[in-house]
Amino acid sequence: MSVALRETPLHAWHAAHGGRLVDFAGWSMPVQYGSIIDEHTATRTAAGLFDVSHMGRLRIDGPGSTVLLDRLLTRKVAGLGIGKIRYSLVCQEDGGILDDVLIYHLQQPQGDLYHHLVVNASNREKIVAWIQKHIQPGDEVRLTDQTFETSMIAVQGPAALRLLEPLVGADLGGLEYYSGCETSICGQRGIVSRTGYTGEDGCELIVPADKAVEVWTRVLEAGKESGARAVGLAARDTLRLEAAMPLYGHELNEKLDPLTADLAFAVNLTGRDFIGRTALLKIKDKKDRPRRVGLELAGRRIPREHYPVVANGQNVGEVTSGTFSPTLQKSIAMAYVQPQFAEPGTELAIDIRGAAEPCRVVKLPFYTRSKS
Amino acid sequence: MKPEELLYAETHEWVGVSTEGGRKVGTIGITAFAIEQLTDLVHMVLPKLGAKATAGKEFGEVESVKAVSSLYSPVSGEIIAVNDQLPGRLEHLGDDPYITGWMIKVAIADEADLTKLMDYAAYQKQCASE
Repeated sequence: MSVALRETPLHAWHAAHGGRLVDFAGWSMPVQYGSIIDEHTATRTAAGLFDVSHMGRLRIDGPGSTVLLDRLLTRKVAGLGIGKIRYSLVCQEDGGILDDVLIYHLQQPQGDLYHHLVVNASNREKIVAWIQKHIQPGDEVRLTDQTFETSMIAVQGPAALRLLEPLVGADLGGLEYYSGCETSICGQRGIVSRTGYTGEDGCELIVPADKAVEVWTRVLEAGKESGARAVGLAARDTLRLEAAMPLYGHELNEKLDPLTADLAFAVNLTGRDFIGRTALLKIKDKKDRPRRVGLELAGRRIPREHYPVVANGQNVGEVTSGTFSPTLQKSIAMAYVQPQFAEPGTELAIDIRGAAEPCRVVKLPFYTRSKS
Repeated sequence: MKPEELLYAETHEWVGVSTEGGRKVGTIGITAFAIEQLTDLVHMVLPKLGAKATAGKEFGEVESVKAVSSLYSPVSGEIIAVNDQLPGRLEHLGDDPYITGWMIKVAIADEADLTKLMDYAAYQKQCASE
C-alpha cells in the first residue's frame, strides 16, 4: 500500500533543482541536491538554505495558554519574555520524552501576545492530540495548527545574517540568540528567529505557504555571491550531529527521559509542577542510568544507529547516530553507554558489522563555531 | 574497457571479460551510475588475494556518508588480483570507474555466469527506470 506523501510549498522547486526526494516522516523531502559533504561545507563556510516546512508549527492563543503550556513543558513558560524562545521537552507521566520542541513567546504588531510551538514532523499529530487532551473545560485556550498554511526556511551559516539583513524588517544583529519576532520577510508578514539546528549562526523564517518559493529564491539570490546554496536533510543531519544536537527518534524517544539524554538544562524541576516531574525527580537520584556520549573513531568506517558499543568484549552501550564528519574528517557517533564508560578519554570499540573498530569517548559537541 | 563492452549485474557491478593465459578473467567494479547514487564515498573493504568469489554473493563493501552498500560478485571463481590502491583514493573512483576504479579480477570458473548479466543497453534501461 502506498500512502500519498505530503509536499511542502517548495517541493516543485526541489524537484526542478536536482533534489533527491525521499519519504521523511510522511513528507517528500530533499535528502540532497548533490554532494552531502559540499552542502555541509557550504553551511559551515557560507550559508545553507534548508526547507524545514515539514516541522509542525502550532499557535496557542488565549489567556489560559501559559498555564496549559506550563503543565506540558519541562521548562517554565510563565515569565518567558516577549520575543524569547526556549528549547523544551514534552514528557509523559513516566518522564519519557514525547517530543523536543521550541516554544516562542511572540507579540503581534497590534499588541496581542501568543505562544508558538515548533515540533518534530514525526510527532506533530501526537503533540496536537496531547495538547488537546490536556485542555480542561473552562481553559481559555485556542490551538491552531499552522503547519500547512505556512512554510519554514532555515538560513544557517556565517554569511546568513548578512545576506538576510536587507530582506528582513527586523534588526537581526540586535536580535539575541534564541529570540524572534513578527516582522516583514521579503515584503511578507512572517516570523524570524535566531534559531537553527546546525551549530551555525543564522535564522529560521516562517512565511505564508504561498510566498515560500518567492522568499526562498530571493534569499538564495541574495546569498549567491557569498556561496549560499540549498541544503538537504542529509547534510542537516551531519551538521546537527557535529553540533551534538539530539534528534528525536535517535537520541530521544518515549523510553528515554531528559536527564538521561543529558538535557537537564531544559528541565526546571523546582518551584513548579508539570507532567513527568515526579518521575524525573526519582530518575535524578539514579546513579546507574546510561549516559549520552560522543565517540570519535580511529578509522573511517561509519558507525550507524543501533551498532553495539563494546568494552573488553562486553556490550556497554548502543550508537544512536553516526556519520563521517566532513568538518573533522573523522567518523563520529553519539551513543548511550553505561556510566562507568562515559568519561572523556575512555577507550572503547564499536561493533561495525562484526569488526570491533576502536573509538574514544570525547566531550560534546564535536564542533563549536568560532565566535569572532 | 569501454562501458559499451562490459556486462552488468542488477546490483550495479560491471564485469569486463578478457583472456589471460588461456583462461577467462573477469575484471569487476561498480558503475558510474552507482557511484553517483552513493555520493560522498568514505570507505571501502576489498577481499584478499586468492579468496573465492561466488556469483551473487558479497565480495566487499563500499560506504558513503549516506549508507553502506555491499559489493556483489557477478561471477564465481578465484580472486587473482585486488586493486589495493583504490580504498586509499576513493575520491578518484568517480573520475574513472571503468579503468582505474576496477576492484578485483576473478578467474571465471563457469562462463554460464556471464549469460545471466545484462549488456550495456539493458543496463542503461534499468538505470533509467530507477
